[in-house]
Amino acid sequence: MLVKRDTTALQNLYILEVLKGLWITMKNMLFVRHVTIQYPEERRNYSDRYRGMHYIKATNGVENCTACMLCPTVCPAECIHIEAGERPDKEKYPVKFDIDVLRCCFCGMCEEACPKDAIKLSKIYEMSLSTRKVYDKDYLLEQRGHK
Amino acid sequence: MNEAVTTGFDTFDLVAMGLKIALIVVMLLQVVPIMVWVERRGSALLQNRLGPNRIGPFGLLQSLVDAIKMMFKEDRVTGHVNPFYFRLAPLVSLIPAFMTFAAIPFASHITLGDKTVEFQIADLNVGLLYILSITSLSVYGVIMGSWASNNKYAIFGGLRSAAQMISYELSMGLSIIGLVMIVGSLKLGDIAAAQGAALFHIGPLAIPKWGIFLQPIGFLIFITCTYAETNRLPFDLPEGESEIVAGYHLEYYSMMFGAFMMAEYINMTVASALTATLYFGGWQLFPGLDLVLASAANHGLQGLAFEWTRVALEAACFTLKTAFFMWLFVWVRWTIPRFRYDQLMNLGWKVLLPLSLANIFVTGYLIYLKVL
Amino acid sequence: MIDVSPVTFTLLAGIAIGCALMVVFKKNPVSSAFSLVLLFAAFAGIYALLGAHLLAALQILVYAGAIMVLFIFVIMLLNADEPSFDMGRSHPVLRAIVGLFCLTLLGFFVWAFKKSEVSLVMPGLFSTTAVDAAGGNSKVISQLMFSKYELPFELTSILLLAGIVGAVAIAKRNLTSPKEGVK
Repeated sequence: MLVKRDTTALQNLYILEVLKGLWITMKNMLFVRHVTIQYPEERRNYSDRYRGMHYIKATNGVENCTACMLCPTVCPAECIHIEAGERPDKEKYPVKFDIDVLRCCFCGMCEEACPKDAIKLSKIYEMSLSTRKVYDKDYLLEQRGHK
Repeated sequence: MNEAVTTGFDTFDLVAMGLKIALIVVMLLQVVPIMVWVERRGSALLQNRLGPNRIGPFGLLQSLVDAIKMMFKEDRVTGHVNPFYFRLAPLVSLIPAFMTFAAIPFASHITLGDKTVEFQIADLNVGLLYILSITSLSVYGVIMGSWASNNKYAIFGGLRSAAQMISYELSMGLSIIGLVMIVGSLKLGDIAAAQGAALFHIGPLAIPKWGIFLQPIGFLIFITCTYAETNRLPFDLPEGESEIVAGYHLEYYSMMFGAFMMAEYINMTVASALTATLYFGGWQLFPGLDLVLASAANHGLQGLAFEWTRVALEAACFTLKTAFFMWLFVWVRWTIPRFRYDQLMNLGWKVLLPLSLANIFVTGYLIYLKVL
Repeated sequence: MIDVSPVTFTLLAGIAIGCALMVVFKKNPVSSAFSLVLLFAAFAGIYALLGAHLLAALQILVYAGAIMVLFIFVIMLLNADEPSFDMGRSHPVLRAIVGLFCLTLLGFFVWAFKKSEVSLVMPGLFSTTAVDAAGGNSKVISQLMFSKYELPFELTSILLLAGIVGAVAIAKRNLTSPKEGVK
């Protein structure tokens, strides 16, 4: 919509207004700090409550998970796939633990549901890979981005 | 040039002319990548960003990488265009851009033996008209490209460009006339030389008789018109990304688009150099530098060394002045939004044209009163 | 000593003749117009060779730079396509007669020019050296224009003014006619 604004004769001359505008941009160039974050070197600082990439916690090199199936049950996106198995000492453990990250909505329910504190969400937000890797047990066990 | 045709060249003139032409062409080609870099870094800094800073120191090699990318892009011509004119148009816009600089002096002259070398490719006696006429040809590249593209948006861009060029060429030509009346010559060499005299003195410092002090209104009209003539914001309606996508070069890609971009930046360079020559003394030294030069002469800088120092300083002053106006192009682009088309036409015909006519009248009256 | 004039002249004249033929024979009006621009540029080159620098600059500034832009603007705006300019073929005998007539006329001009023995560069007041001595083209022309030939100059400007007023009158009549209908 065309809004008619009252302008003074001096404003209609434009010259002073143009100079004012030029001064504003120059002020921004000289005195205002740039807002660019130079990504690979500088990173945005996320809060500790940020829910990023999953990992599986381990104690003494053995994953905490007992394949109790609570996390796939609670998962609203149904993106966790576990196949349970038994160790020689009759301990239950996940033979397969895949997360379909494309379906994951990062709600953090799995983390809350887990009784053994095994599945956790880290602060890592760079999820792209250069290989066609499935987020399987080995990958999740690497515990990168430990909180 | 006229003497050259009637009396012929000798080897010295030929070599000097070849060197001058080579210098100008190389400089103009160098200006393009540097200005692209300045445009990108400058726009980023003006908007609190950083801009390209990865490739080379301060991102200086970014333009080189972009140029290589552009040259190796596939150069195809889509089916619906007129292939002959489509391929011709970038050249038609590029060639006048290069031709214009021939009449602009970038330093005064030097005497080598019994020969005097002018630092200007051709001191035409119609220099200013030559520049105006060649720049008026640069619109054909835009029109040809837009028409050959056979695309609605491109045609809009071409039509806008044609109307805009015609309107602003008029005011541009008339705004210079005041200065021509004062100097009494159309030769750019004379105009630059005439601005060396002192207007008044502050102590030992001489404020020179630059065109801007004699023709402030003419300068304002002229610089506004150069922005319209070079299709730069706030008058970049032929491009108008948000309205007509990219206007006249919508169908262009690879180096054919690159040629249009080069033409734009070279036109900017020529416009800046012309502004510096007409209104800021051209190769005349900055006030104060002449005192430095004189003291250097007193401390033993004599003969040919002194002459070359003077020429180098003059060329440096000219380059600095030109560089400032090129930066102004970038600065204004990222400050002032685009005009609406009716506003553009109103400004051109109802404000700038009467104002430039009034400027001529007032200048003539002042010359009659012997004030100027 | 290198004399470039004959070579350059032949080149420019060739371009001019080629472009003139293109203007006539091109079916596409925009192509014709572009050829005409090049023709003007070649003419300007010839003027410059003759030492008439002002005329060369004005030729490009006015004809190529302004008038032809408007021509092309109008052609593009009207979107005149090729069929509208295709008048069909005339009778072969008629074409032969017209062609022969034009060639005869051209031959007559060349013969008359040869016979009259006019030198290529005018002697006297307007010779290249005399003009250069008087301070260059633009100075001589403007001094003559505002002294000896002031009346024709002013009359021409009045003629142009009349043309502008006429154009405005025609444009205005079309604009106001619906209003009169309402009244």
